[in-house]
Amino acid sequence: MSVLITFIQKAIGQAVPILFGATGEIAIEKSGNLNLGIPGIMYMGGIAGLMGAFFYEKSTSAPNGVIGLLISFICALLASAIGGAIYSVLTITLRANQNVVGLALTTFGVGFGNFFGGSISKLAGGVGQISVATTAEAYRATIPGLSKIPLIGPVIFSYGFLTYLSILAAIVLAFFLKKTRIGLNLRAVGESPATADAAGIHVSKYKYIATITGAAIAGLGGLFFVMDYMGGTWINNGFGDRGWLAIALVILALWNPTRAIWGSVVFGALYILYIYIPGLSRAIQELFKMLPYVVTILVLIITSRRNKKENQPPASLGEAYFREDR
Amino acid sequence: MLRESAKSREPFVRMVKRDRIGTKKAIGIRITAVILSLVVSGVVIVKITGQNPLEVYEGIVSGAIGTDRRVWVTVREIMVLLLISVGLIPAFKMKFWNIGAEGQILVGGLVAAAIMIYAGDRLPSWLIIVLMFVGSGLAGLIWGMIPAIFKAIYNTNETLFTLMLNYVAMQLVTFCIVFWEKPVGSNTVGVINSSSGKGWFPELFGNSQLLNILVVSAVTIGMFIYMKYSKQGYEIAVVGESEDTANYAGINVKKVIIRTVMISGAICGIAGAIIVGGCSHTISTSTAGGRGFTAIIVTWMSKFNPFVMILVSAFLVFMQQGSVQIASQFGLNQNASDIITGILLFFLIGCEFFVTYKVEFRRRNRG
Repeated sequence: MSVLITFIQKAIGQAVPILFGATGEIAIEKSGNLNLGIPGIMYMGGIAGLMGAFFYEKSTSAPNGVIGLLISFICALLASAIGGAIYSVLTITLRANQNVVGLALTTFGVGFGNFFGGSISKLAGGVGQISVATTAEAYRATIPGLSKIPLIGPVIFSYGFLTYLSILAAIVLAFFLKKTRIGLNLRAVGESPATADAAGIHVSKYKYIATITGAAIAGLGGLFFVMDYMGGTWINNGFGDRGWLAIALVILALWNPTRAIWGSVVFGALYILYIYIPGLSRAIQELFKMLPYVVTILVLIITSRRNKKENQPPASLGEAYFREDR
Repeated sequence: MLRESAKSREPFVRMVKRDRIGTKKAIGIRITAVILSLVVSGVVIVKITGQNPLEVYEGIVSGAIGTDRRVWVTVREIMVLLLISVGLIPAFKMKFWNIGAEGQILVGGLVAAAIMIYAGDRLPSWLIIVLMFVGSGLAGLIWGMIPAIFKAIYNTNETLFTLMLNYVAMQLVTFCIVFWEKPVGSNTVGVINSSSGKGWFPELFGNSQLLNILVVSAVTIGMFIYMKYSKQGYEIAVVGESEDTANYAGINVKKVIIRTVMISGAICGIAGAIIVGGCSHTISTSTAGGRGFTAIIVTWMSKFNPFVMILVSAFLVFMQQGSVQIASQFGLNQNASDIITGILLFFLIGCEFFVTYKVEFRRRNRG
């Protein structure tokens, strides 16, 4: 039983960054932008949060966790929004190819994260590993009392606030897309920008706002990883391929944020399943790590085969919109 | 960004598509972008290291071509990047977004490494090298064929499919490393055939890189001719422009898609053999090292012209090698080169807009 509880907890720990990334990417893709820069943006969010907390904790002798939390949260949002803004300027205003810009942004963002993660303490004149224990503590704080309830406590109430925020963000986005006028407009932009334009919707504005907001949400995934999962430290490439998994999750969730919630837990579980199955040889464990990707490929094939209308990507995904090219 | 006013007057800035642009002007815009990108990345390095900018540029040049060894490393890296970019040409020309070069390189490298390991004691070196080329080409071909078949039959999104296959390939590599690791427990393969040198690309006329250069040049020229003068190259272009037109013209679109991506994958697979046999002599998950992604950008920016590709890959590799040197000189970590590459790419990608479009400001008297 306790193994199962640990498994669920660890799976959710893996799920949160992927869910943030997927929620952000869904917002972006709904506007018709396929942003392959998400992995880079998540690195940027993570390192910016860490740097914010690091310089804050370094500047005072008695750092306060809540202030550190606020500073790093804002830094993460800003840095990832800047990533989104770079992507937006290049693809929307300068009309560059989305895949190319996305990949360049990933190269840049991952380099940015690893570079500052690896050399920030040196640049700041310090030595050794960066660690922002006080701030990380605040991120990991759970609701007192509730987490002590047997069974329900550890499974539902044992996480830091970002975990709940990730679920909330997905639900809010789903509500926004389905139930609000602006959400409807945004979906129209993604499905058929020309029609949306004719209906008087400012296509570029929607694309800009969706892409930058989506990037900021995705950046929180990096922040969660650094602060909550790693406890306020940095390992180069530690974030790994979770950014690509987030893009994969968008497909698994069929562009629906609420489906992404359970989808992220499935991905998280698949990601660590090999640790919990006894008696696997090392080689088989490596094969098990393929599972999230193989599952995504299968979903991709099945959805394209069934060809159901509501399960398809936004129709204009990946294409730039030029009013005068129509 | 754009201050397009909602009122009915003429916007402050507007963009007009150019009818045509003189070659000189187009080149001028691109050169301006390169210079701007150098200035910005210079400023970034100077900010971080606090060094004199001139020293920084000097460090970059010395890092890329400062010694004979560095020159050849730079040449080698250019060749590999060029080969992958050339491999992507047919797929992209067909508007098939092969983001899976990374995975195709890895499976190619994996097969090449397997041949070096298992045939190392039995076959002569030249035969091993031939087998490595054939085997890695086949591996890349299969890795490209899988998403192509699904694209052709079900119109499955190839961007995401090929992307996912990269990670499947990566796990295949870690799977094989378990069996090949040397020394046991190190989780790395180490240098393969380090004593016998079997399967290592030989020196030709006293130059260790000549075989690489010959292979890459042959493929590049071959691709140029294939795309420009062959019937198949024409079919690729038609399918890329419009599948409906292609169908109407009696082209078997499914066949063309599958065949073209197989070619693309095979070339990327061969790049894997060149990396393993000609450079690293080992295999790991970082064998492709992001080259598959960089190559996508190179191919796109060169507008499928192999000769422009040489320039772009040379520029990127030059700056990468240079910034690796800068990083080690100032005790920073190597990822600095990714930041620099990113900045260069943003400028190069962005400048294409100004080649296609003209920016016009609102004239004052008409406001």
